Amino acid sequence: MKHGILMHEPNDDVGVAVRDLKAGEEVSAVTLEGQPVGTVKLVNDVPLGHKVAMRDIPAGKDVIKYNRVIGVATQAAPRGSHVHTHNLKTKRWKA
Amino acid sequence: MIKPQDLKLLGYRRPDGRFGARNHVLIIPVDDISNAAAEGVARLIKGTMALPHPYGRLQFGEDLELTFRTLAGQGRNPNCAAAVVIGIEPNWTDRIVKEIAKTGKPVAGFSIERAGDLKTIEAAARKAKEFVHYATELQREPFTVKDLVMSTKCGESDTTSGLAANPTVGRVFERLADAGAKLIFGETTEVTGGEDIIMEKCVTPEIAAQFKAAFDDYQRLIESQGVSLLGSQPTEGNIRGGLTTIEEKALGNIQKAGRCKIVDFLKPAEEPRKPGLSFMDSSSAAAEMVTLCAAAGSIVHYFPTGQGNVIGNPILPVIKLSANPLTVATMSEHIDVDLTGLLRIEINLDQAADLALQMLERTINGRMTAAETLRHDEFVLTKLYRSA
Repeated sequence: MKHGILMHEPNDDVGVAVRDLKAGEEVSAVTLEGQPVGTVKLVNDVPLGHKVAMRDIPAGKDVIKYNRVIGVATQAAPRGSHVHTHNLKTKRWKA
Repeated sequence: MIKPQDLKLLGYRRPDGRFGARNHVLIIPVDDISNAAAEGVARLIKGTMALPHPYGRLQFGEDLELTFRTLAGQGRNPNCAAAVVIGIEPNWTDRIVKEIAKTGKPVAGFSIERAGDLKTIEAAARKAKEFVHYATELQREPFTVKDLVMSTKCGESDTTSGLAANPTVGRVFERLADAGAKLIFGETTEVTGGEDIIMEKCVTPEIAAQFKAAFDDYQRLIESQGVSLLGSQPTEGNIRGGLTTIEEKALGNIQKAGRCKIVDFLKPAEEPRKPGLSFMDSSSAAAEMVTLCAAAGSIVHYFPTGQGNVIGNPILPVIKLSANPLTVATMSEHIDVDLTGLLRIEINLDQAADLALQMLERTINGRMTAAETLRHDEFVLTKLYRSA
């Protein structure tokens, strides 16, 4: 398995780690159909199933996956960083 | 690519013409206090199964109707050959007996007052024994997907569910819907963030409006409690698996519908009326939803999982599919269909759908699922509100 990241849509802001990824690794991303979407250098360790920023995501920006909004960035997530509850929250339910 | 029409399905033909994948003789307690008698019968008579549960007393209105529909639905389900119903008194017992009897299958009711548990158990056990003789002589017969009623619901989802296991079910459902099967999915709060997609899939504005009314009703219920579902949706298991928000979870969930249109809206535990995919108003809690599917007459269930939900059902074979390599490696005894090849891009979705269809055929024809062999018999009634 050459790729480390799968993406729903080539233009999504985030991809999914399909194995445990290590900080500093240069990892290639592909779509489910096997279409290459370039490579990204990991800023953090990202465990299997967790999301990786595929571009610099500024704080306050809607985050796109499945070509749809899945929430809003609560702090900046640079390209290659782990995207999860620490920097992404729902736009639906209020705490 | 496997066509559903090519599947060689063998099932038990019931008097109402529906086909079952299993051949259970059920002992159904109407209420919590009849569990002991029902379980007593099941211990005495080999080949029977009791469905104990904690409700059935002092319920009222829609909540009571749902309990009746769910209990009667287990007996009506084509996976049930015959049923014994036991309640504390005869009137409510008879209501459930009558609903099951409409299918034409053997059913008998017993009530405990003025007899006591022991005499009730004896009389019910004699009837149950008769039903086991009847059921065990039934033979499987060929049937086609036009006569198939099945359901799906995912659980302990993670990002691999939305990437791989759920779209695999979606691809299979597209083929089954085209071939005329009746298909059920639901999980009303768990489409939050994708409710517009569900509405667009509905074939008429009326069905879309029915769905939206149920969806809004749930959202109002949550707000009326002065809380939100943060902390429950996504679940802690979802978050551990990498899912962050309800929108992300919902978009993954909806993949199970594939490109199917939604042909009908069903109340909880309501039997599907039309070929194709129906949306059933339901909780996203696995055992509640699968129990409602069983009540609605589903005879086999696809359960894609990411982190490894271990749920099963007493009468409905639950087929587990997972694409998460950690789950498949550490919880292999729970997984029926390994879809990790999708993440490695060694197989595509059509090939994954073929794997799921092959397991569907084998399961319908008698292969016990992982959940069945592990005795995962979760039977959980959906409670709409407090009892009187």
